Amino acid sequence: MAQGASLAAVVAVWAAVVNARLFPGDIVPSPAAVAGRIVGLALSADFYGHLRVTAAEIAGGLALAAVAGILLGVAIGARPLLRRAYEPWLHYLAPTPKIVFFPVMLMLFGVGAASKVSLATLGAFFPIVLGTISGVREMDPVLVQVGRGFALSPYRMLTMVYVPAIRAALVNAVRLGFGVAVVVVLLAETKLSSAGIGYLIIDAYRHFDMPLLAALVLVLFGLAILANAGLARLARHGAPAVSR
Amino acid sequence: MSDAATLSGRVRSRRPRFSPAPLLGVATVLGLLAALEALIRTGLVSPFVVPPPSTVLLAGIDLLWHGNGLEALLATAFELLSAAVLVGLIGLSVGTLLYRVTALRRTYEGWVAALAATPLVLVYPFFLVMFGRSAATIVAVGVVAGLPPMVLRTIEGFAGVRPVLVDVGRALNLRPVRVFWSIEFPAALPVIFSGFRLGLGFALINIVGMEFLINYGGLGQLINEHAELYDLPETYACIALVVVVSAVFVAASEHLERRLRG
Repeated sequence: MAQGASLAAVVAVWAAVVNARLFPGDIVPSPAAVAGRIVGLALSADFYGHLRVTAAEIAGGLALAAVAGILLGVAIGARPLLRRAYEPWLHYLAPTPKIVFFPVMLMLFGVGAASKVSLATLGAFFPIVLGTISGVREMDPVLVQVGRGFALSPYRMLTMVYVPAIRAALVNAVRLGFGVAVVVVLLAETKLSSAGIGYLIIDAYRHFDMPLLAALVLVLFGLAILANAGLARLARHGAPAVSR
Repeated sequence: MSDAATLSGRVRSRRPRFSPAPLLGVATVLGLLAALEALIRTGLVSPFVVPPPSTVLLAGIDLLWHGNGLEALLATAFELLSAAVLVGLIGLSVGTLLYRVTALRRTYEGWVAALAATPLVLVYPFFLVMFGRSAATIVAVGVVAGLPPMVLRTIEGFAGVRPVLVDVGRALNLRPVRVFWSIEFPAALPVIFSGFRLGLGFALINIVGMEFLINYGGLGQLINEHAELYDLPETYACIALVVVVSAVFVAASEHLERRLRG
């Protein structure tokens, strides 16, 4: 109820700003024009094609980052010496801007999807590896001792002991990684690409199609909020505390 | 606590024992760089894709001493400073307003949290239209990126102030303005500052990213320029410089926060 009213209030203020011509030209499109474009996007097959490209790049990068981050995270997190040696490096490298590595990825992988996937991998890797390390650190040591008692192979230690025990931490880490992957993929698409939502956004900007630009950004925000809420739900319900 | 330390009875020795861990960390990084150098020198990795780290190091030194590396660093620092002032002022005002007016808070706190989970930086073409390719666009993106954590932590900081402190102020017949500035604000400050630090971190990432994307300003533009000219050692040196600068920034701000919190 309050949410609906507040949404209505925001749209009313927005419409008033447009009507009062507070901004020069057509910089701020009217809510009606943007709503029309959102409907247009929802009905166009072209939009879903671009959405698929972006989603595939994000998913590919996230999957690679998850494999690398979880493997390295468990390897480092399980050994105090390695943890003390490498965790500070990872911690301070994590919050650096990943988009600046785009030229490197372009040189290594070309202008296609691979450069975006690799950038997403780089971006998502840090939150995942750090989340995994802290998950392993918080684990009940008895679980590891039981695994060793059964003389499990490293692979089975990983799949039967570590991953189930830190599942909640892993889901949260992947969620953080997902956020980074989304941003770097979209930004890279606005810099140099021929497909994807980022490409559509920068193309709308180049053609000064402000209603389309606003529609794309709003749809994107909506999708990001939905995806994030879905992952948060997964973290709460899908991953029961099994570490104790 | 290691088993050995517990057994020897020195559960809490005042001086920490020598730990090989930091050395191992440094040695690993240097080892990886040396391995990369060797791979390139032996021709297994093309120097036209990845230049040897030694060449990158020399290019970096040259860039800082003779080139416009320092100039770019200052430009980025100035943009960050402008964004910091705006994030601080706007974030504190909005956060305080949302905390004070319960109806607003109930309605919009969730919105701010939801926005924090979106790729907010993608609004940058709007700022490009409004401000053109300028420092204003870059600062605006930095502010937008830095605001959500600042606003959320400001609300959290005020909400966490112990009611007894406010009661003391009321008992002393302080006016509400005095209660706010002399009691609530100082009590909430540590939490607010942690939001400010987070916000600045996001602002820095987005400022440098934006400089790179719109080819304007400081360090980010330097990367873009050298990349477009295919000056590989310089490109890598600039990227390394960005990584070092932001890592140092994060380390310094964390250190400051720890000291402020005692």
